[in-house]
Amino acid sequence: MSAQAEPLRLALLGNPNCGKTALFNQLTGSRQKVANYAGVTVERKEGRLVSPSGRSYALLDLPGAYSLNPASLDEAVTRDLCRGFYPGEAAPDVLVCVVDATNLRLHLRFVLEVRQMGKPMIVALNMSDAAARRGIAIDRAGLERELGVPVVETVAVRRNGARALLELIDRVAANPHPPAVQLPADADLHAETRRLLGATVSMPARTAKIDDALDRWLLHPFFGLATLAVVMFLIFQAVYAWATPVMDLIDAGTAALGEWVGSRMAEGPLASLLVDGIIAGLGGVIVFLPQILVLFAFILALEESGYLPRAAFLLDRMMAGAGLSGRSFIPLLSSFACAIPGIMATRSIQDPRDRLATILVAPLMTCSARLPVYALLIGAFIPSREVWGGFNLQGLVLFGLYMAGILSALAVSWVMKKWRRDKGEHPLMLELPSYRLPNPRDLLIGLWERALIFLKRVGGIIFALTVLLWVLLTFPAAPPDATLPAIDYSLAGRIGHALTAVFAPLGFNWQICIALIPGLAAREVAVSSLATVYALSAADDEAAAQALSPVISDGWSLATGLALLVWFIYAPQCIATWAAIKRETGSWKTMAMAAGYLFALAYLASMLTYQVAVRLGAG
Amino acid sequence: MRTVLDTGSIVTLSELPPRTPVIVESVEDRQPNDPVARRLRELGFVAGEPVQVVARGPFGGEPLLVQVGYTRFALRRIEAARVRVAAAGEAAA
Repeated sequence: MSAQAEPLRLALLGNPNCGKTALFNQLTGSRQKVANYAGVTVERKEGRLVSPSGRSYALLDLPGAYSLNPASLDEAVTRDLCRGFYPGEAAPDVLVCVVDATNLRLHLRFVLEVRQMGKPMIVALNMSDAAARRGIAIDRAGLERELGVPVVETVAVRRNGARALLELIDRVAANPHPPAVQLPADADLHAETRRLLGATVSMPARTAKIDDALDRWLLHPFFGLATLAVVMFLIFQAVYAWATPVMDLIDAGTAALGEWVGSRMAEGPLASLLVDGIIAGLGGVIVFLPQILVLFAFILALEESGYLPRAAFLLDRMMAGAGLSGRSFIPLLSSFACAIPGIMATRSIQDPRDRLATILVAPLMTCSARLPVYALLIGAFIPSREVWGGFNLQGLVLFGLYMAGILSALAVSWVMKKWRRDKGEHPLMLELPSYRLPNPRDLLIGLWERALIFLKRVGGIIFALTVLLWVLLTFPAAPPDATLPAIDYSLAGRIGHALTAVFAPLGFNWQICIALIPGLAAREVAVSSLATVYALSAADDEAAAQALSPVISDGWSLATGLALLVWFIYAPQCIATWAAIKRETGSWKTMAMAAGYLFALAYLASMLTYQVAVRLGAG
Repeated sequence: MRTVLDTGSIVTLSELPPRTPVIVESVEDRQPNDPVARRLRELGFVAGEPVQVVARGPFGGEPLLVQVGYTRFALRRIEAARVRVAAAGEAAA
């Protein structure tokens, strides 16, 4: 054999939600996101794979497609790559066509369409364990003969579930040849699919019993909606109820650390940077990790279960009325984690107007970076007591804030729809997958990764901004004849005081104004910034080591607290989100429009809240 | 509401009561080269294929959940209206 200069290029393709990415992770050892709905992967991913025999390959993971006639942007990526039209990328040498063994009627047709390209290919019968459990018998050798391409069974979610595929890849790579069987270009692929199914597959029932039973309840006009409401509501209660004990521990830990460091070091700029800047600032953000993890535990479990497309089904009509679509539901739900993956996930929305509307309102979904801000303010201003027999008032307010974001999104997209006078047809055509029990191991891995992402943010951008802010708050130093606290003479102090002119109608004091600016880079920084501002303006070290929450609940009026909460519902989103909007829409104008309308809404709603609260005596 | 399909009558999927097994006759183009109709055919809505509506959405009976092959798709009524169906008995012959 000749020496391999370039590794052979393999591509995984197939219908949406057949387990391509799970297989990709298994083969390459990566940890790309997998979930149970169509359209998790919206762009190509590349990895390296070394087979047991030591050969190395480049493996591409492509977005799922129902057909090589693309109906959406993610499907177009798949078509272009397979055909070799994708800019800067050679066509793959061998196609690995992945099919869901429980859903062959749909998936085999796509295999036939791919086979028409005449490239060397392999068919991976994935989820063969689930097929066996449902009593589906597939004659693998028969299918291989009829299709004229090698067929192999895989279980992408099981360790070593792709070993047979690896061996087959080696064999095919040694001697790649086009499919042995080829139909004429105008052949009826559906008829051929039926013939193949009749010849090689026996299936006791067309659907899984458990799916039928669950769908009867979960899609029921009344019980289905009630279940959805209860699920969403429970999540927000749990965020408060389950996370508090751990948070108290972290709070106590940071305070103790700050005092300990303060007592060991000589007074001076360095001690101030460590205690007031880094420990107070970062500690103030890290304390919210438990809440973020509880939220993600629910989101990950829901994604794995296959429930999300059901929720999209239930809400489609309502969302269509507001100028969105059921397909917008999953991108918008992803935006609760972070708007950036949410905005990217809109690529699976076929209709360009629905997609644009979804992108524009995605920042209104309360991302996890806003959770620390909400949690801080709710902790400081909303009493923790039981209302209506057992509900935690703080949890209720949090739920209300999330709902306010959702309702605002519906209102904004409704206005856009009216504005466009849009009467056109927006297709839905959404697949509802089989239910799956979330795998605890995958859940834990997912949570671990979220924790790492969060801690990296804390150690990276939040750390950097906190230090920068400390510098701006400390220098220039106060003149010797100063009458005001030193912080008032610092650069940031002056900026904060200047901004109060703009934000006074909202009840924001200069400390808040300072915190809003770094909050543009990462919203959690608003919390660490407040912590640093207050630590630096504290009269003595003991006050500086205090937790932030009591400081602001003593220092601010209730009206200010509420106004800031409302500000963050709309919070002109972070710079990274602006960049994502620019990238996904290719338009500066759209980006400016998104940033502008969010700022305007934030300002108006926040001012309204403050003024009303003051009139009601909360000033 | 119509409950049973008369022999020989052809209706569209959107008019069908839930859990009535039928057979696809054809998918109609609403406009030349209709992308929605093309996609429906790719998803398996082709002549002779058994289908049924298994559920309806809570608001205004939309969308419809349609079983085709081994798969369930949520279709808006205007999409389902492109699919012409006939009673299960005769088309199977």
